[in-house]
Amino acid sequence: MAGLQLLSDEGFRTDGRRPNELRRLRCKIGVFTQADGSAYFEMGNTKVLAAVYGPHEVRGSRSKAMHDRVLINCQYSMAVFGGVERKKRPRGDRKSVEMTEHLQQAFESTIFLNLYPRSQIDVFVEVLQSDGSNYCACLNAAMLALVDAGIAVRDIVCASSAGLVESQTIIDMNHVEETQGKTQLIVSLLPKTKKIAVLSLNGRLHDDYWEELMESATKGCMDIFNFMEKNVQEYLASLSTSQSYADD
Amino acid sequence: MAELVLSDAEKTYIIQGIKDNFRIDGRDCGSFRYMEVETNLISNEAGSARLRLANTDVLVGVKAEIGRPSLDRPDEGRIEFFLDCSANASPVFEGRGGEALAMTIVTSLETAYSFSQCLDLKSLCLVTGEKCWVLYADILLLECGGNLFDAVSIAVKAALHDTRIPKVTVGAGEQGVIELEIPDDPSDCLQLNTENVPCLVTVNKVGHSHIVDASMQEETCCLASLVFGVRRDGVLTALKKFGSTSLDPASVHEMMEMAKHVGQAVHKSLSSALEEEEKKRSEIMSVDGLREQLFEGFLR
Repeated sequence: MAGLQLLSDEGFRTDGRRPNELRRLRCKIGVFTQADGSAYFEMGNTKVLAAVYGPHEVRGSRSKAMHDRVLINCQYSMAVFGGVERKKRPRGDRKSVEMTEHLQQAFESTIFLNLYPRSQIDVFVEVLQSDGSNYCACLNAAMLALVDAGIAVRDIVCASSAGLVESQTIIDMNHVEETQGKTQLIVSLLPKTKKIAVLSLNGRLHDDYWEELMESATKGCMDIFNFMEKNVQEYLASLSTSQSYADD
Repeated sequence: MAELVLSDAEKTYIIQGIKDNFRIDGRDCGSFRYMEVETNLISNEAGSARLRLANTDVLVGVKAEIGRPSLDRPDEGRIEFFLDCSANASPVFEGRGGEALAMTIVTSLETAYSFSQCLDLKSLCLVTGEKCWVLYADILLLECGGNLFDAVSIAVKAALHDTRIPKVTVGAGEQGVIELEIPDDPSDCLQLNTENVPCLVTVNKVGHSHIVDASMQEETCCLASLVFGVRRDGVLTALKKFGSTSLDPASVHEMMEMAKHVGQAVHKSLSSALEEEEKKRSEIMSVDGLREQLFEGFLR
């Protein structure tokens, strides 16, 4: 699809959005009963399911257990039917391993690690349908799952991607925009303090555009945070009402 | 697969209850738990379905691609199964942990489908020996609540029912190169005939009684189980035994009769669920404003 115009003359993107518009966000917290925490997150057509198990005793080698902090074990996996082409291996390839490490990094910055010594928290993410900004959707889904599991966190981390197309910054890139080889910045923020947990840039970027790009990504993160916070509060409210019925 | 550890007292409780035809959730030995089916969830697949059988959650996507037929059956299409046990279902499935279980289930499915009158593979052939439709059924296990074989096979049947394959016309191009033409209209498709597609039914032996659709707790108490491939008309297409305890032939015969009976009921309830969904879908599609409600999937 070389030469595909990512930004039309009127300023619309390939899917009809304006440059600073996020895709439709939908989520559900508490999807599965078996996992300690679970969540489903949709960013446009990117659909992700996350499950959290823990905190529990360290599985496998005991030597991995740390005496003063928790071990966070992540796994990023994409469904075979998730992408445009049928993928043979759901996980274990280089990209999945890299995503896994980035997820781990983000959670280590927000979870109170010292509260769970000698324990392990498993975070499993499954991408059901992929349409760009996979990492961001995964992080957001996994964060909601952590909240559902009741793990102590400093802040609700959220992630957003931003890119640069013909000197115009765009937020929340979809698959078409990502594969055009343009600059893409992925930022993961702790919203209350606006501190950065994960930062990743692909493609080349001139120094002049850095501020603008960073600001766009931050704004995207804050918008996603508002959405997530609202849903978390609604979910907690619904939990507390159902519990009060049980007391009667 | 079960990380569940039950005490002896709990196991005795379950076994005694089953002896009196009363299971821990109140069912009798031959009934299935509540089943929910949704089809057409994944837009870039030819067919997809999601099945919730109480706690067990299975998502299936069917992709149709053009490939070469196998050498020993040049006039038939192919169907290939792939099962991925997601780590969401259990931490044990992390990395390659779920591969053994996945292999077992896929092998059983392949055996059940290998009977020639199950799926009309001849209709999937385009050019004998050269090109045919290959159906890739990719199964994703999202939550484990017992009775995986049955849930997976029912979900696969629902997904195959939902599969739409474009009508391709074969034409001879220049120099004898075969050309395939796809119609311009994306809704001009063939629907697969899933009349004779089998479902797997697991019959577990607990004590001296037999149960179907065991929950995870019941599975830890079962001595041995037989997995049957049963078609809508009651014909058996596959049989496999699991478990280390031996079965006597009289038990096997009883379990076979039970499987036939239960299998036919399962096919009937699946058909009615799919029909109802079809009806609801056509109602909603005709009213523009309600189109949003179509794909609820995990949001429900």
